[in-house]
Amino acid sequence: MKARAFSYARPSTVMEALETFADAGEDASYVAGGQSLVPALALRLQAPQLLIDIAHIEALRGVELQGGWLRIGALTRHCEVLTDPLIARHAPLYHAAAPHVAHPAIRNRGTIGGSISHSDPASEFPAMTLAMGAELELVSRTGTRRVAADDFFIDLFQTAIEPGELLVAIHVPVIRPGHRWAFHEFARRRGDYALVGCGVLAEFSDGLIEQARIVFFSVGNTPLRARQAEQCLIGKRLDEAAVAAAQALVGGDLDPPEDEHVPPAMKRHLARVLLGRLLGQIMRQDS
Amino acid sequence: MNALTSLDRPNSYIGRSVPRPNAKRLLAGRGRYVTDFVLPRMLHVAYVRSPYAHARIVSIDAQAAREMPGVKLVATGQDLARLCTPWVGTMDHFKGMKSPPQLPLPVDKVVWSGQAVVAVVADTRALAEDAAETVAIEFDELPVVVDIDAARMPGSPVISPELGSNLCFHGKIDTGGVDDVFANAAHIVEEEFHFGRHTAVTMEPRAIIADYDASEQQLTVHHATQTPYQFQDIYSRHYGIPESRVRVIAPDIGGSFGMKLHMYHEDMAVVGLSIMLGRPVKYVADRIESFVSDIHARDHRVRARMAVDADGEILAMDVEDVTAIGAFSAYPRTSVVEGNQVYRLMGAPYTFRNYRADLQVVFQNKVQMSQYRAVGHPIACAVTERLVDMIAAKTARDVFEIRSGNLIPDDAYPCTSPTGYQFEALSHHACLAKLRQMMDYDRLRAEQAQLRSKGIHRGIGIATFVEITNPGPAFYGVGGARISSQDGAIIKITPSGDVRCLISVTELGQGTETIIGQIVAEHLGVDRNRIKVITGDTETTPHGGATYACRGAGIGGETALQAALKLKANVLSVAGAILQEASEKLDIQNGWIIDAATMHPRVELAEIARIVYFRSDTLPPGTQAQLSVTHHYAPQGYPFAFTNGVQGCHLELDVETGLVNILKVWVVEDCGRIINPLLVDEQIRGGVVQGLGAAFFEECAYGDNGQLTNGSLADYLVPMAVEMPDIEIGHVETPTLDTQLGAKGVGEAGTAAASAAALNAVNDAMAPFGGSIAQLPMTPARILKALGHI
Ligand SMILES: Cc1cc2nc3c(=O)[nH]c(=O)nc-3n(C[C@H](O)[C@H](O)[C@H](O)COP(=O)(O)OP(=O)(O)OC[C@H]3O[C@@H](n4cnc5c(N)ncnc54)[C@H](O)[C@@H]3O)c2cc1C
Repeated sequence: MKARAFSYARPSTVMEALETFADAGEDASYVAGGQSLVPALALRLQAPQLLIDIAHIEALRGVELQGGWLRIGALTRHCEVLTDPLIARHAPLYHAAAPHVAHPAIRNRGTIGGSISHSDPASEFPAMTLAMGAELELVSRTGTRRVAADDFFIDLFQTAIEPGELLVAIHVPVIRPGHRWAFHEFARRRGDYALVGCGVLAEFSDGLIEQARIVFFSVGNTPLRARQAEQCLIGKRLDEAAVAAAQALVGGDLDPPEDEHVPPAMKRHLARVLLGRLLGQIMRQDS
Repeated sequence: MNALTSLDRPNSYIGRSVPRPNAKRLLAGRGRYVTDFVLPRMLHVAYVRSPYAHARIVSIDAQAAREMPGVKLVATGQDLARLCTPWVGTMDHFKGMKSPPQLPLPVDKVVWSGQAVVAVVADTRALAEDAAETVAIEFDELPVVVDIDAARMPGSPVISPELGSNLCFHGKIDTGGVDDVFANAAHIVEEEFHFGRHTAVTMEPRAIIADYDASEQQLTVHHATQTPYQFQDIYSRHYGIPESRVRVIAPDIGGSFGMKLHMYHEDMAVVGLSIMLGRPVKYVADRIESFVSDIHARDHRVRARMAVDADGEILAMDVEDVTAIGAFSAYPRTSVVEGNQVYRLMGAPYTFRNYRADLQVVFQNKVQMSQYRAVGHPIACAVTERLVDMIAAKTARDVFEIRSGNLIPDDAYPCTSPTGYQFEALSHHACLAKLRQMMDYDRLRAEQAQLRSKGIHRGIGIATFVEITNPGPAFYGVGGARISSQDGAIIKITPSGDVRCLISVTELGQGTETIIGQIVAEHLGVDRNRIKVITGDTETTPHGGATYACRGAGIGGETALQAALKLKANVLSVAGAILQEASEKLDIQNGWIIDAATMHPRVELAEIARIVYFRSDTLPPGTQAQLSVTHHYAPQGYPFAFTNGVQGCHLELDVETGLVNILKVWVVEDCGRIINPLLVDEQIRGGVVQGLGAAFFEECAYGDNGQLTNGSLADYLVPMAVEMPDIEIGHVETPTLDTQLGAKGVGEAGTAAASAAALNAVNDAMAPFGGSIAQLPMTPARILKALGHI
């Protein structure tokens, strides 16, 4: 199929982009790496009259340390997430997830901001954004705001981003000494969207778990925190019994949609197995 | 010093790994695919497709589309039915077979979801799609037949009421004695198998440009197909254009695997649209269209059992296959060939004599099912080989032992299978022994036991097979299909002593042109680089079968060989006249006429050509040199040249997730004379990958309403490089004595048994847990179910 005809604009500043969008009305769409939007255009699932290409806006680029936060520009490409030393050190769940995001050709163009804005429930980066408790910097013509990841993912392909608003950067609280983390996903083929995936970030103090964020993806309409599993770990030493307790609770944390090929029972089963393996990994890091 | 081999003879190309001369061109981006062709005044068609699997067409409103920018024509089934006669996909030798007539576009009802209903022709494809979106078709939904059993249930809706039922074909084979054998058998194993639909997913989708020139009544079709002559015949007969005025050109083809040799409605429509418009019309299927309109493959439910005596000797097999083919049988090769091969190939490697089988081919509201690489073989192989493994388990025998005790002995040929297949000479035991050694089987078993204790679950599976190759006219011709089993070649020597070979077998990326060049070079006695092989144009190449069912090397190759020998005799005759020498005393080597006894060079071939073409006045009176020959060859000995082999599969199963890591595949194969080891091995590897796709990944999934639910490459999983193992290949060579060349086919061998070996390996890995699986593809969900986790 061929996309419907559309107009194309290439602003070079954030303000220009916002103005262009406002002038066009709702029938415009930003495009960053194009790796989700362009296939949708080709399938005529989306047919905006105007594409606003934000890929040349300098203010959306760059990775830098700002106090206790790592600022990752929205235009940072998946391939940069894979190799950037600051991300590897301070936002390690992105680094761990990146090899599982699609394939090299797609990683060369796709952007982390695009992935988070698009918010596919099977995507790795939105889930890891939630797992690391990051904040999203959004800008509109009325100003800038920061939204916590916990409030950002609303529903299927729906985030806190208002029409016309731009995601400028992701701010990740940097990893501290007591932090342990693990990431893995089960996929039928390397690079596929996962059957089930999970990132765990836990903070230990004196050998006890002080805080835990366990985030699953591909199990519902948005990335999901396994809150009961998290809760049961708090204040505990991470041992076989604690792992088993968290595993026992995780099924109830998730509400996977009906799917003939990957039924909810299977998703829950895989989530239990995955959580067991990730907590096991963290347990071994700890000792 | 190494010993000399037959390859050290001058001009020795047969048996040599020479690379494909056209590979560089394709890699350099200089391929010429149908999509690349831009003809003057060319238009593009987009189709409006049915959203329903079964519905009556109440009305079509295309007024808005006709008024859209760039639109030149909107055509319906009625419009095309005025030009094109209907076709029926049956063959006479399938007794009682039925199928409804088909037209390019439907006139009154649609029978599968995605069926093209209206054609919109415009200046560009994008404009045609814009206009297609505005066509309003009113449908009246009819009850759908989706399930394989529902299709045969009394009272179920009948898709083509004029046929009386949804049964396309019912076949039976019975050698007699089966009930007695089962009644007295020491052991019986039985299983119900399910094989999902999958499809070819060629890199280049289907593509066609039809160009009708009314001034000359000439139809030229640029067509991505493996069988141009077949389509020349079809377009000529169904559009009433004399055959001499229909030219079909198959340029570079980006994969076909059997998919591009069937008649597709969109393609037939394009010819009619070009006739209506008097302009070239192009159609290129996009990926979604490929999924909903390319043929699908397999779709079988097989119940089978095997009887064995107390010594582990297999005595009998009893099989029931139901296969669902869509709403009609494909044209012109029919959709019964797959099922026919399934129930005739069951148990073919083994000695047992008592066999009974029942084949039911049924209609349903899905896209057509028909021949795809290894037609029927993977089903017959998986069923047979799984049952053999079940017998091994039941009688506490090793999987190699049970096979060596039951495979037809290598010295028992010629012999006939219980289903009537005649085997000239096979080498099951030699292949099995070689596989065991290549796999280092005993070490693998020891390692498996050791790893099991650590919670690592590896599986080992093997599968023997026979493959049907070099089919004679018994395959299609006797059934009334105008599909040739012979091939033709023209070989010419140019004035400077180069050689052109025009041959009817076609190139689809598998290397046909390469091996034809090797054969001509060897038997004519010239350097391969001086030979140009030309294929795929009905205007210039002789009529032949082209490419299907593993016949290019065996039949096309023999055609080239005989043509080369004929030309060589002509060359030596005129050389004898020039040199005043008896032609029997001469030979050709490296482009030189030599003294056959002393190998002493006498005169260059180019010099002979110069004299013949420019100085015929210097030849002895009465000499009329023939430096071009035409030659045809039709197979005449055995109806098919059967090949055989065995595959081994080693994999690791994650018993908690159902995910499988395929560690390695081994193949030992006997395709007779190997013309080019490099190409033979790559054919096998590619075939294995497709077999592993069927085993683990590929499945066309349908909802209850007959909608294909995974028609994109994001949802339909093809095997990719990361998941594919190393594939190690060994050979045993038993040439056929039916031809001088001795080559049989090899293109389907990899696909024939890869899924069976994988099925056995997964079951082997699961054995300690008491689970078993008999469904392909083996998805994580199905494996977890078999293991009792969900
Ligand atoms: C074959 C294939 C496989 C893939 N596999 C995976 C996978 O395994 N895992 C995975 O996570 N992803 C996968 N993807 C998707 C890929 O990661 C996309 O790149 C990503 O989801 C979107 O990023 P983008 O920059 O390409 O966004 P675009 O496609 O350009 O845009 C996507 C959407 O986000 C909006 N948008 C983009 N940037 C901004 C911004 N800064 N502010 C506001 N709105 C914005 C756009 O308007 C659009 O609606 C795959 C894609 C393909 C084609």
